[in-house]
Parts: sequence; C-alpha cells; structure tokens
Amino acid sequence: MTNNTIYGINGPVVTVKNTKDFSMQEMVRVGHNRLIGEVIGIDADTTTIQVYEGTTGLRPGEPVVGTKAPLSVTLGPGIISNIFDGIERPLKDIEKLSGAFIGIGGNISALDESRKWPVHFTVKSGDEVTGGTIFATVPETQSVEHRSMIPPTICGTVTKILPDGEYTINEPILTVTDEKGREHEITLAQKWPIREARPIAKRLPCTVPLITGQRVIDTVMPIAKGGTAAIPGGFGTGKTMTQHQLAKWCDADIIIYVGCGERGNEMTQVLDEFGDLVDPRTGRKLTDRTVLIANTSNMPVAAREASIYTGITLAEYYRDMGYDVAMMADSTSRWAEALREISGRLEEMPAEEGYPSYLPSRLSQFYERAGRVETLNNAQGSVSIIGAVSPQGSDFSEPVTQNTKRFTRVFWALDKALAYARHYPAINWNTGYSEYVTDLDAYYTEHVAKDFMELRARLCALLREENDLMEIVKLIGADVLPSSQKLVIDIARVIRVGFLQQNAYHSEDTYVPLKKQYLMMKAILHLYDRALQVVSSGKSLSYIKDSGIYEKLIKMKYDIPNNQPELFDDYIKEIDSVIDAIL
Amino acid sequence: MIIEHIGLKEISGSLIVLDGVEGASFEELVELHLDDGTRRNGRVVQIDGDRVIIQVFEGTRGLSLDNTRIILSAHPMELPVSGELLGRTFSGVGKPIDGLGPIFSEKSLDVNGAPINPVSRQYPRNFINTGISTIDALFTLIRGQKLPIFSGYGMKHNELAVQIVRQAKITGAEDGNFGVVFAAMGVKNDVADYFRRSFEESGVLSHVVMFLNLSNDPIIERILTPRCALTAAEYLAFEKGMHILVVMTDMTSYSEALREFSSSKGEIPGRKGYPGYLYSDLASLYERAGMVKGKNGSVTQIPILTMPNDDITHPVPDLTGYITEGQIVLDRALDSNGVYPPVSVLPSLSRLMKDGVGEGFTREDHAPLANQLFSAYSKVQDARSLASVIGEDELSDVDKAYMQFGKVFEEKFVSQGFHENRSIFETLDLGWEILKCLPREELDRLDDKLIEKYMK
Repeated sequence: MTNNTIYGINGPVVTVKNTKDFSMQEMVRVGHNRLIGEVIGIDADTTTIQVYEGTTGLRPGEPVVGTKAPLSVTLGPGIISNIFDGIERPLKDIEKLSGAFIGIGGNISALDESRKWPVHFTVKSGDEVTGGTIFATVPETQSVEHRSMIPPTICGTVTKILPDGEYTINEPILTVTDEKGREHEITLAQKWPIREARPIAKRLPCTVPLITGQRVIDTVMPIAKGGTAAIPGGFGTGKTMTQHQLAKWCDADIIIYVGCGERGNEMTQVLDEFGDLVDPRTGRKLTDRTVLIANTSNMPVAAREASIYTGITLAEYYRDMGYDVAMMADSTSRWAEALREISGRLEEMPAEEGYPSYLPSRLSQFYERAGRVETLNNAQGSVSIIGAVSPQGSDFSEPVTQNTKRFTRVFWALDKALAYARHYPAINWNTGYSEYVTDLDAYYTEHVAKDFMELRARLCALLREENDLMEIVKLIGADVLPSSQKLVIDIARVIRVGFLQQNAYHSEDTYVPLKKQYLMMKAILHLYDRALQVVSSGKSLSYIKDSGIYEKLIKMKYDIPNNQPELFDDYIKEIDSVIDAIL
Repeated sequence: MIIEHIGLKEISGSLIVLDGVEGASFEELVELHLDDGTRRNGRVVQIDGDRVIIQVFEGTRGLSLDNTRIILSAHPMELPVSGELLGRTFSGVGKPIDGLGPIFSEKSLDVNGAPINPVSRQYPRNFINTGISTIDALFTLIRGQKLPIFSGYGMKHNELAVQIVRQAKITGAEDGNFGVVFAAMGVKNDVADYFRRSFEESGVLSHVVMFLNLSNDPIIERILTPRCALTAAEYLAFEKGMHILVVMTDMTSYSEALREFSSSKGEIPGRKGYPGYLYSDLASLYERAGMVKGKNGSVTQIPILTMPNDDITHPVPDLTGYITEGQIVLDRALDSNGVYPPVSVLPSLSRLMKDGVGEGFTREDHAPLANQLFSAYSKVQDARSLASVIGEDELSDVDKAYMQFGKVFEEKFVSQGFHENRSIFETLDLGWEILKCLPREELDRLDDKLIEKYMK
C-alpha cells in the first residue's frame, strides 16, 4: 500500500488523490492526530472521506491510513450504563483525557479493556455452535444479564474452552473449529459494522404493546414492541420531555437513548435524573438498563450522522440476546440535516429543501431495522424505535416529517396550541394516530379487560365529536347547543383535562398502570352514560356541573393512588348517587 | 510552520484564492500585508491540494492580484485573554478599540472553543431573580441557561435586556463576581451606545467586556464577533470563576452575514438562502452556555434576535428555538398597547425552569401557579376570539371572568416599570391576587391546599 495523503479539506470532508487503496465505507484514520473518518465516495482520481472529529489544523500532505474494515462498533459487556459519543467513544474516558472540553483525536477504546468480568459458560467442549448461539453469560449490571453470542458469521464445534472465571473482553476464552478445520478464537467482545442490520431468524408480528404508563399513548395511540413511532413537534412542544418519559417508564428491558444534535444540558439531565430514579419493575436504578449516546449539536456533524446507526446497532445486539429494546432518537431531523450538510459539501444535486434525494431511502432503512423477531438462537426480542422529528417552522409538510410519516406506524403529533395551554403531553388526538390498534386488540382484551377496546373506541368518538362541535362553538358560543351536545363538550373536557393531560412531575401521575387507565376511562364513560339519562329526562345539565362531580373525576388521577384501584368503586357509587339525586 | 506567500490567484467577494501554497492548515489565521502598509486578517476556509481559499475579515477592497503579501500563521484565530478584559471595548475580531492599548495577555485561546463534554456539565438549577414578573414567574431564567429574546424591529428588546442585566446582577452572585460580556453584531451605533450608557448608569461598566461589530463594520468580522465574546466569557467563567451574562444582539444580522459568506463561497443554499449548516453553526455558539462540574463560574446567554416580518417560523428564530432552552417572545400588539415589557406569554418558555423553582429554590406554589396562569391565559384567547364574533355582552359568565382576568393580567402582571424590581414573592403573590378574577372551579391546576394557603 502506498502512502496516501490529504489533498483537500472542506469542513468535515477530506479528499485524497490518485489512490485505489480504499473501499467504500471503510474506516480510515486521518492526519497525524489519527482522526476517525469514513470513505463516502470514490472516483477515478479522488477518494472522499468524511471525518468524525473537528478538522481545524489539518494540512494537505498529512497521512490517511485505511483500516480495511467498515466503520464498526464494539459489542460486549460494559455497554449498559455507559455514555458514548456518536461513534461509541466513552465520554467519561474523553473527559479523563482532555478535561471538560472535548479535544481532538486520541485513541480511545469503546469498552473498558482492563475490567475483568465474571463469566459463566453455557456451552461445553464438543458442543455444536452456530452464529448467535449464547456461549456465556455475564452479569453486566444488576438488572441486565449479558448473553455473549458467537458472532453471526461463525459456526462449528467448540474445541477449547476456559473454565468459568473472570476475564477481560479481549481474552480468547473459547475456540470454535469450523468444518474446514479453521479455528476461530472467540472473545467477549465482537465488532459489527454500524450500517448493516444484524441477521435474524425471522420476523414476528407486533402484537404486544410497549407499555409506557402514559394514558394518551397506551390507551389512545398505543405502540407495539418492535414498532416504530414518530414524535414531530415544533420547539417547546415537548418532544424531549415525551422521549424522557418513555425512556423512564416504558416496559422495555434495555433503553438506548440517542441525543442526536440536541442540547448538552438535556443529556446531563438524563444522566442526573436516571441515576436517581428507580425502575418500577426491577427496583434497580434506571441507569442499569440505559445506554446514552450523546452527540450534542456542537459536536462534529459527521459523528451526528453516525450516532443513529451506532444506536440501532447496539439495540440489535441486545435484541439478539432476547431482550425487548427501545431506542429513542432525539432528534432524527438533526440527523437528516447532517446528511444534508455533508451532501452539500459533496456538491450533490439537492432534492426538496436542499435535502439529498436519498433521504427517504436512508430513513426507511433506519426504521426497517425495528421489529419483533425470532433471533438466531430462537429467542424472541424486539427493537422499538421512537424518533423525534423537529420540523422547521413547525410545518409538518416538510420533507423529514413527511418521509418519516411514511415509514413509521405511530404518529404522535405534538401540537403548539396544546403546549401553549400547558396541556402535556401535547399529543394531538385528532392529528395523531396509531396503526397498531387492531394488532394489539387481542392483548388488551386478554390482559386488561374484555371491554377495553370498546371503551377506547367510545372515548375516541367523544373526542372526535367534541372537535366537530368546537367549530360551531367558536362561531356562536356553547349556549345555543342542545343539551346532549353540551354534555359531549363537558365530558370531553373531563377526558382532556382528567385523562389525556398527565403530570410528569407528580409522583403518582407520571406513570399509570394499564389497569388504572382502564378504570379511569370506565368511570368517565359511566358518568357520561348516566348523564345521558339526565338529558333525556329534560332536566338541566347545570345540576351535574354544580355537584362538582366533573372536578372530582378530573382530579381522580391524583386522588386515587396507582396501587388502590378498589377506590374506583366509590367513584362509581358517587356518580350514581349524584345522578339519582338529580333524577 | 509560518509560510509567506506573495500574489493572489483570484478575488471574489470577501474570498481570495492562492495557488501553489504548500502546508497550509485548515482554519488557520492569515495576515495580509498590503503595499500601502496596512494589515488585514483572514482565515483559511478551504484547501484543495496547493490551492487555498481564504476569507478576509475586513473585506477585499483595495486588494489586487499582486499588491499583497500573505503570511499563514500556522495557528487558528485566537483571542488574547486575561483578567484585564473587564471594562474594555474590542472590535468584532477582538482588537482593542477604546484607545487604551493592547491588553497584557495571560494566554491566547482558540475563538472556536471546544464542545463541553456532556458528562462534565453541571445541570443548571440556580434561579436568577430578574425582578421582571413574567420572566421570574412564568419562564424563569436559570444560571447557565441560554434564553433568547425573540423580538421585531422597533420593539423594546434592548430595554428588556438592559433591565435584566441591571436587576439580575444583585442576586446570588457575590459582589465583584459578576460580569457581562456584550457582543453587538450589525447593530446601529446608537444601540451599542445605549447599552454602554445603560451599563454605566447601573454601575456595572467596569465589569463589562464589549465586542462591537456595528452595522457599518465588515460583515465577515461579524462571524467572529460572538466567538470572540464567548471565548472571553468562557475564560472569565471557567478560569476566573465569575458568573457571566452574555448579551448577544442581533443574531439575525449574524446569520445574514453567514449567508452572505456562504453564497460567496458558492455553497448550496438551504431554506431562504441560509446555508444548510446554519443549525450546527448557531449551536456551536449557543451550546457554549452552561456550567462545568468542579468549576465555580457560569455562562448564561441572552441572545437577542429580530424576527423579520415578526415571523417566528423564519429560519433564524426557528433554529434558535430548537437549540436554546426556551425563548422570550415579544409581541407587537402588546407593544403598541403600551405594555412594557411586551412579553407574549403563551409562546414563551423556559425549559430549565422545572428544576430550578419550587420548594428550596423559590416557593412551593411556584410551578403550579405558573401552570395555572398559563392555562388561564390561553383560555383568555379563546374568550377573546369568541367575543370578537358574538360581542362581549353575549359571553357566558365564565368567559366574561376570563376576559376580565386577561385584562388585569396584562395590565398588572405583564406590565411593569423599567426601573421596577419585583421580588419573586411579590410576583407570586401578585399572581394569586389576579387569579381571584376567576371562579374557584376554574382553577384546575391548583391543589386545594395551595389555594387555602396562598389565596388571601
């Protein structure tokens, strides 16, 4: 191989002249500081490289060295609870190296290479293994058992194995001999290229909900495990807040939280808060199941582009162990903008709004890596993707929002008007939707209540009816409506304020189990049914208003603790007695 | 390696092209020596083999292909810093322009800064009492936050910024530990002068560092002005342990300078002709606000931007809102009604407020009260739009109460004197006072216990 040197530099894009040494998407080291880069274009005389670190100070003539491997991440124990940058370099180690401000270069390994992990083998000498076979378990954190797998490309017989004990991630602990007699040394760590999906046995239908404890999501617009959701919204509508709530409370085993081109303080907040919070299911700290990937908006733009792929690759790795993984990407618009920026530097022909024409295909490739699957070792796992979208000018017709809408099945549209009224979560129930409702029907019917879906349909119908009525009210006021329609407006208010609005800072209300969601819905609809009797009796609705029962139901989310569902019986009785008194 | 080069290949706008330069480094600082003895500065923005493109800060007027000697300095653009920065005035590229001569520098820092590692950040929680009711109660400013003011031409954003600077200095920060860094980008001379006089009147001038790039100064310098200002701010905050408030005005002019530069380089434009990397570029400025673990100081930013045609969806306010931790939006209707400060309550927001208020920071009722005021004021808008159709007399009693609440809220709560400094308790009590306009059952965001305790 000849000595290749830098020819041109333009922002994060570097070119090399007259070489045939590099292959597409190969990872390279650029300059004396050995900055990490990736080959993104090759023609007869120029090779184009995007650099994942700041290029200030680079000179033409500095060396460019290929690694003969695509840009990859290291997979092994030590990922969970860690915080990485966009190309899986641990930020804590970077801090040790360069202090509070991120410096340039440096060779940092992704995972701690000196830590010894207690390894328990699950195979023995002579066993046949294939790609994906779990050969050992390692207690990675108190809530996550790391299941080390044979890399997908290897299959054969275990010919050498060390006893259970403590090993580092790079010690060969197992040897597999394939049918051609070649020996493969297996370590706890393996590499995988970030732009390639990890293999699976087959895809499974998404029929189990990802329970988030958020009423407007679980009840009105549910997402399935292995599903995809988009959260579009202008600034200040609560995208990040919603993502944080989901990362805290959803019932996935592993959370991969990718802060892609967002605020530094937000990542710090996640670090602080998740360290203090306790996972309600395991009783362990939330950080014990969380991986953070932080590429804030002022960190190099090319690494921002990679951070999404790094995140999804880590997610797939844990999925292959049989876990349900949820990945939050905040925000995919910043990722699309990074694509646009690099595309602009390459002087590619722009399509809509300056975005490259391959934006839709990149988005679909990303979202298609979600799914519920049967893994190579016959376990079931899933990756759910929840991507925030930041439409420019809050205009949902812009390319990123529109293309994301095509490839995701849940659309939690955040609404400025709701956010201005401090109605949180500001997910608009009229413009948002979930395509998983029918897929999840059986689960809700079986695990929550037989009439759950029926009640849900009635609740949504009331909200739709209110929406239509509000058009009239805006023009002529509510006083002229017939009392049956006035009742719809009153009940819809109870649903909006008492049910859809949820207080993330209230210790009871921040997470609500499905059972309580169901009972709340039932109580509100029970009031509606009984109030209809008042309407047909011709008595005035103001009696119901004056009884204070609406306010009582609105506050039941605070007044009834999550673990005392029996208190709902008292509410039903009170509704009955109020209505009976009026009749 | 310092390289000297004579003669240019090409001049285009503020860019010059050199051929046959070996060993130039990306983004390094360049000095241009003209035949007439004057000197200009520039920066390497692109390298193609031995061809180097340089951006000249002061403009290319008077340059010809052979009257200029170019020296490549081998280091990026740096700002000499020391404690002496305080009280001084600099040009947009950090040259002293107050006639007091150069500063004795302790060291020189790269103006581009470096991103703060998210794990080293200290999450901001310290409340800054600005003495302005709307800000303190509804979108609290937190030390280490970046909270921009979205304004329009002719509105009172400068007054508001001055009032914040004047009143915010008292609380929390120990005396002498507080400083202001002021960056003017493309503002008129009298605006810069207004700020200078106001700082003088409030007695903080000795703690102010000013970087002025006025509207008739070279546009390319404008791109460096906030970088110099933030470098000074970071130095004072993280090395001298001071609490620094950075006022940057006007970010729209800055972005326009960036657009001009980008188009002269022939880059593919994004929305409204702004370069595709406007978001990353703005973020590289705004993200320099914050606090760092183990360091005493803080950098709090109040960028001011004018929304062209009062359009909040214009790329500059839009991208700014996505990066900053909230925004204070000024409203022309309130302004023309004589309300000062004309803060439009509903679209304004402080993202860090939730963790910096309440028991132990301000008062236990702060968050729910703010929530209630927001939600009530948003209903005022509905009542008003209904009243404009059917007339105020036809409104229901509840809607009439909301109309009344809206009026009192704007007159008493939003509106306050330029020299009126309300304590947080006065502000909160005032909030409770005006909620009395509403019937009790409308107060759905408040606990009964809080109502008992505070609604006197």
